[in-house]
Amino acid sequence: MPQTQAYEAPRTLADAVRLLSTDGHARPLAGGTDLLVQSRATQKLPSTFVDLKRIPELVGIEVGPDGLRLGAATSAAVICEHAEARRLWPGLVEAIGLLGSTQIQGRASVGGNLCNGSPAADTTCSLIVNRARGVIAGAKGERTVEVERFTTGPGRTVLEPGDLLVALVVPRPAARTADAYLRLIPRSEMDIAAAGAAASVTLDERGVCTAARVAIGAVAPTALLVPAAADALIGSRLDDAALRRAADAASAAARPIDDKRGTAVYRKTVVGVLTRRAAGIAAERARARP
Amino acid sequence: MTVHVRTTINAEPQEFLCEPGETLLEALRSRLGLTGTKEGCATGDCGACSVLLDGRLVPACLVLAAEVSGREVLTVEGVATGDTLHPVQQKFLEHAALQCGVCTPGFVVAAKALLDHNDDPTEEQVRYWLAGNLCRCTGYDKIVRAVLDAAADMRGVTV
Ligand SMILES: Cc1cc2nc3c(=O)[nH]c(=O)nc-3n(C[C@H](O)[C@H](O)[C@H](O)COP(=O)(O)OP(=O)(O)OC[C@H]3O[C@@H](n4cnc5c(N)ncnc54)[C@H](O)[C@@H]3O)c2cc1C
Ligand code: FES
Ligand code: FES
Repeated sequence: MPQTQAYEAPRTLADAVRLLSTDGHARPLAGGTDLLVQSRATQKLPSTFVDLKRIPELVGIEVGPDGLRLGAATSAAVICEHAEARRLWPGLVEAIGLLGSTQIQGRASVGGNLCNGSPAADTTCSLIVNRARGVIAGAKGERTVEVERFTTGPGRTVLEPGDLLVALVVPRPAARTADAYLRLIPRSEMDIAAAGAAASVTLDERGVCTAARVAIGAVAPTALLVPAAADALIGSRLDDAALRRAADAASAAARPIDDKRGTAVYRKTVVGVLTRRAAGIAAERARARP
Repeated sequence: MTVHVRTTINAEPQEFLCEPGETLLEALRSRLGLTGTKEGCATGDCGACSVLLDGRLVPACLVLAAEVSGREVLTVEGVATGDTLHPVQQKFLEHAALQCGVCTPGFVVAAKALLDHNDDPTEEQVRYWLAGNLCRCTGYDKIVRAVLDAAADMRGVTV
């Protein structure tokens, strides 16, 4: 690789923020599975790699009474081994498990997936339906942003120079609530989504849906929360007719482009199918919950 | 800025100097003479550069050399115990699970990582775990048989 002037592995958040805010060409490094690939492809190396993985707040996963706190640089492999997280957020953890191969899983982080800002990032839809918020640290202090507002365009986020995503926090699901995520990739393994859909549904004791969230990916410049699809589910028993109405709402909300992974028309249709199936899986999971 | 790295590679303490943007793969091959780890793609797609970092399977082409300071790296050179091959290596030979061999070190390290925590994987689990290791020669079947046989060997079962 060509030359970078420095590698830093700060031990505190304050040191990392200082390094990033004093040098506009320094870049945070989590797993490097986007950053190192892009640096090599574009021959544009940051002046400094600021490795985030030695900052305690950035690594680790905790599930407590309030929900999940996920250090932004925690590797996918570590998250997928967490049995309680898998039980409470099966769709989110499955989405995290889809990132690349076993090798990529050993490096890739959810923070990196989100900060990279790809419209096809596999974890974003699941974070959105689970009402995840990003905790951001910067020169001006700490703030939190809902994940549906985090990405502002392809490769663009609300992060300002010097900002770091510290963690993702996800509230504990209510009773009889569950999620699911599905994506379609042109090859059967190791590819980027042509479309993706996540759903989270809450049922009452009689099996009627009282709350829902649906988000779709890879079919617009950013992942989209689709309130119309959720509205189609709320008040129903999540029967086939309701699932089909949600699918139509998702297809209507999609604004895909034509590219090598699929035509716009195809993606609009497929994102509806994925929405219907993901909502169906979430419903089955919610029914199985006390 | 040159980075001074103190680390443990294949259970031996190692020290080296590297450039800040240099990958672990480049350092292993060019600075430490550990050329068993191969470069296929340098973009995380092929698995030829697989190593264990603190016991975790990673692509050495997407790890900076400077990151391994204070950590433990295992490369294919450290998989055998002295002259005794690891069961995965032995079974690769017996099943002729290689042709040109460029993918083999990556497969051996990845398969060892699987068997370290699951010595009774199903064929599907083996195929899924190794999906990020590409082979242009064998068609994968012999590799999968070798790994399943190595697992049986490690459990003390003959198949
Ligand atoms: C072979 C291969 C397969 C892949 N498959 C998939 C896939 O199936 N689905 C998918 O969605 N992606 C996939 N990816 C892309 C990539 O692995 C993911 O986006 C991954 O989650 C990125 O995380 P990372 O920790 O490696 O990020 P990095 O590469 O370290 O960082 C990504 C970007 O975010 C910035 N950044 C990282 N962490 C922070 C932080 N905490 N605060 C502020 N900025 C930060 C970095 O500066 C960089 O710009 C694949 C990549 C490869 C190489
Ligand atoms: S050389 Fe690292 S994955 Fe191909
Ligand atoms: S044996 Fe040639 S690539 Fe696998």
